[in-house]
Amino acid sequence: MIEIDSITKVYNGEKAVDSVSMTAETGTITVIVGTSGSGKTTLLRMINRLEEPSSGEVRINGDSTADVKPHILRRRIGYAIQGHGLFPHHTVARNIAAVPELLDWPKDKIRERVDELLDLFSMEPDQFRGRYPAELSGGQAQRVGVARALASRPDLLLMDEPFGALDPIIRTRAQEDLRRIQRRLGSTIMLVTHDMEEAIRLGDRVAVMDAGRLVQHASPAEIIANPATEFVADMVGNVERPLRLLSLIPLSEIVEDGAAEGEALPADASLRDALSACLWTGREAVPVVQDGSAVGCATLAAIRARAEAHR
Amino acid sequence: MTGWARAGAGLSAPGVLFALLGCGALLVPFMTLAANRIVAGEGVMVWSLDGRAGALAVIAGLALGLPLRPAWLRLIGAMLGLAGLLWLLVQGAPGLLDGAGEYARVSPAAGFWCLLVVLMLLMADALAQMSPGAAMRGVLLLAVGGALALILGSGALSDLSVMQEHAARRDAFMREAVRHLGLAFGSLAAAALIGFPLGVLCHRRPELRGTVLPVLSFLQTIPSLAMFGLMIPLLGWVGDAVPGAQAIGIAGIGFAPAFLALVLYSLLPVVGNTVAGLAATPPAALEAARGMGMTAGQRLIRVELPLGLPVILTGLRIVLVQNIGLAVIAGLIGGGGFGTFVFQGLNQTATDLILLGALPTVALALSAAIAMDILVDLTRRTPRDSR
Repeated sequence: MIEIDSITKVYNGEKAVDSVSMTAETGTITVIVGTSGSGKTTLLRMINRLEEPSSGEVRINGDSTADVKPHILRRRIGYAIQGHGLFPHHTVARNIAAVPELLDWPKDKIRERVDELLDLFSMEPDQFRGRYPAELSGGQAQRVGVARALASRPDLLLMDEPFGALDPIIRTRAQEDLRRIQRRLGSTIMLVTHDMEEAIRLGDRVAVMDAGRLVQHASPAEIIANPATEFVADMVGNVERPLRLLSLIPLSEIVEDGAAEGEALPADASLRDALSACLWTGREAVPVVQDGSAVGCATLAAIRARAEAHR
Repeated sequence: MTGWARAGAGLSAPGVLFALLGCGALLVPFMTLAANRIVAGEGVMVWSLDGRAGALAVIAGLALGLPLRPAWLRLIGAMLGLAGLLWLLVQGAPGLLDGAGEYARVSPAAGFWCLLVVLMLLMADALAQMSPGAAMRGVLLLAVGGALALILGSGALSDLSVMQEHAARRDAFMREAVRHLGLAFGSLAAAALIGFPLGVLCHRRPELRGTVLPVLSFLQTIPSLAMFGLMIPLLGWVGDAVPGAQAIGIAGIGFAPAFLALVLYSLLPVVGNTVAGLAATPPAALEAARGMGMTAGQRLIRVELPLGLPVILTGLRIVLVQNIGLAVIAGLIGGGGFGTFVFQGLNQTATDLILLGALPTVALALSAAIAMDILVDLTRRTPRDSR
C-alpha cells in the first residue's frame, strides 16, 4: 500500500504540489492525470525522491521513504519515463539487468530474469537479448524500458508519460500489454499522463490534479459520471462522457437470452464496441460469444438503459 | 559524346588530379647533388638518374590510380609508385656520388617530395574507398612502419645526405628520439592526469566550468615561442628559490620548462573534450539512471564515461599530435627532442640536418594520429548512432 500524506512542494514561493493526500492499494493502477503544470510529474517524482518534498510524507507498505538514502529507495521502486531512457551503449539484456546488477544479484539469476521479462513482453529472448537500443523500434524500446523498470520486482512502479512518444496504434497496444502484465504480476503502478482517455482505460483509480491540488480521486466510472469540478468535467470531455462510460462496461453485464443476426462480439468487449457495431451495420442487437459458444445477445435498448443509469 | 561520358564516369576525379600532378612533378629535378653539406646543390632530372625503371613504375602506379575501381588496384598502384620512388633513390644516389668528390652529398629534391605526397594521397584515397575496419588499419599501420624500418635499417639509403647526417649522430639521434617521445607522451599523461578530474569537476559544477575553460582557452592563445620564453624566467626563479628544485631538474632551460609548457597547452583539449563528452549523454538515459538508484559515481562510470569516451579520446588525440609537433620547439630552450637537430641545422644552414629532425617528427605525428583514430573507433561500440 502506498500512502501519500499531505505532501507539498514549494518552488520559489509557489506551491507546485499543494498538500496532496491519497492512498493506492497494492496491486492496482493509479493514474494521475492533469494538464501540464498541474504538478502531476512533481508529485510522482517526490515518491522516489527525485524531488524532495517540502513537507509531508510518503509511506510504502508502512515505511516512510524519508528513512532510507534516496538511491537505495529508488532501487526498490521501478521508474519508466517518456522516451524510454535506455542506455544506448548497453544491449537490451544489460539494460534490463541494470537494477539487479546494482542490487548484486547473482549472474545466472539475472540472466533468467532477463529472459523471463523478454518473454513476458512478447520479445523472443534469443533475438532481442543482444540488440542495442538503436536497433529497436519505438514500441520495442518502450517495452524494454518498462521491462527494465520491473526487473527487480519492485514494490511499486512509477511511470511518467511512458507512452507519450508512441504513435496512437502502438500506444493502444502498449496500454493493453501493460494492463495484461500488471494483472499477471499483481504490480502496484502509479502512472502520470495528460490523456484522460489513457487514464480511464488503464486506471483502477484516477487522480485528477489541477494547479497543484488533487481535485478528485475516484474510480474511472465515478469520475465520468460525477466529475467533482468543472475542470474534471472538461478533462473528461462533456460530449464524450456517455461513450467513455460505455467503454468501461463489458458486454457480459447486459447480455440477455435471445439470438441476433450478423457478426458476434466477445463477452469482454465493451458496450461502446457493441454500440458502434449496431450503428455501423444497422442492427438492433449483436450476438455475444464467450469461449467460442453463443451466450445470448446485447440489444441497443439495454445499452441505452446503462448509459442513462447514472441519472 | 556518350562514349566520353561513359569513359569519364569510370575515372576517379582525384586519380586524374594525382596523375596530372605526378606527371608534372616528374619534370622537376628529382634529386640534388651538392659539393658539400652546406652549399646549395644542383638539380638532377629523373631521366639522368640510374634506375630509370623506377620512373616507369611511378608512371604505371599513377595510371593504376586512374580508374574509379577496384580500390585495391588503386592501392597497388600507390604502392608500386612508392616502390618506384625508392628504387630511384637507391639506384640514383651511388651513381651521382661516383666521382663527385669526398664531401659530395645527394638529397631528394622537389620532384621526389612532390611525387611522395601525390602517391601517399593516392594511397589515402584508395584506403578511404576501401574503408577498412579498425583491425585492418592497425595491421596496415604496422606493415608500413615495419617496411620503413626495414628499408632504413638495410642501409640501402645510406648514400643519401640525411642518412649521412644520421650516421654521424647515431647515438644523439636515439637519445633525442627518446627525449622527444618522453616530452610528447609524458606531457600527454600529465595533462590527462590533471585534465580528466578537472573535466569531471567542470561537468558537475557549471560555475567552475565558467572560470576554468576561459583560463585554459587563454593559455592556448599564447604563441608557443612566447610560452617557452615565459617558462625560462618563471622556472628559473622556482629553481633558485625552492630548495631541492634544481636537484630534480627544475631550471629555466631544459626539459622542465618544455614539459610544463606542453602540459599547459594540453589542458584545454583534455578538459574541454571531457566536459563535452560527459555532456553528450542523452538526458533521458541520465534521468533513468538517477531514477533507478545509481549514485553520482555509478552514473559517471557506467553511463556518462562510456558514452563520452570517443569524444574524450579525440581530445587526447588532438593533444598527442599537437605535442609531437610542438615538442620540436623545445629544442630551442634546451629541452631536447628532434627539435635539437632542426635548430642545429638552421644554425648551420644544413638542410639535411633539419630534415633529420623534421622527418621523424612528421612520421611520428602521422602514425600517432592513425593509431588514436583506431582507438577512438574501437570505443564506439554501439552499432548505430543513438538518438
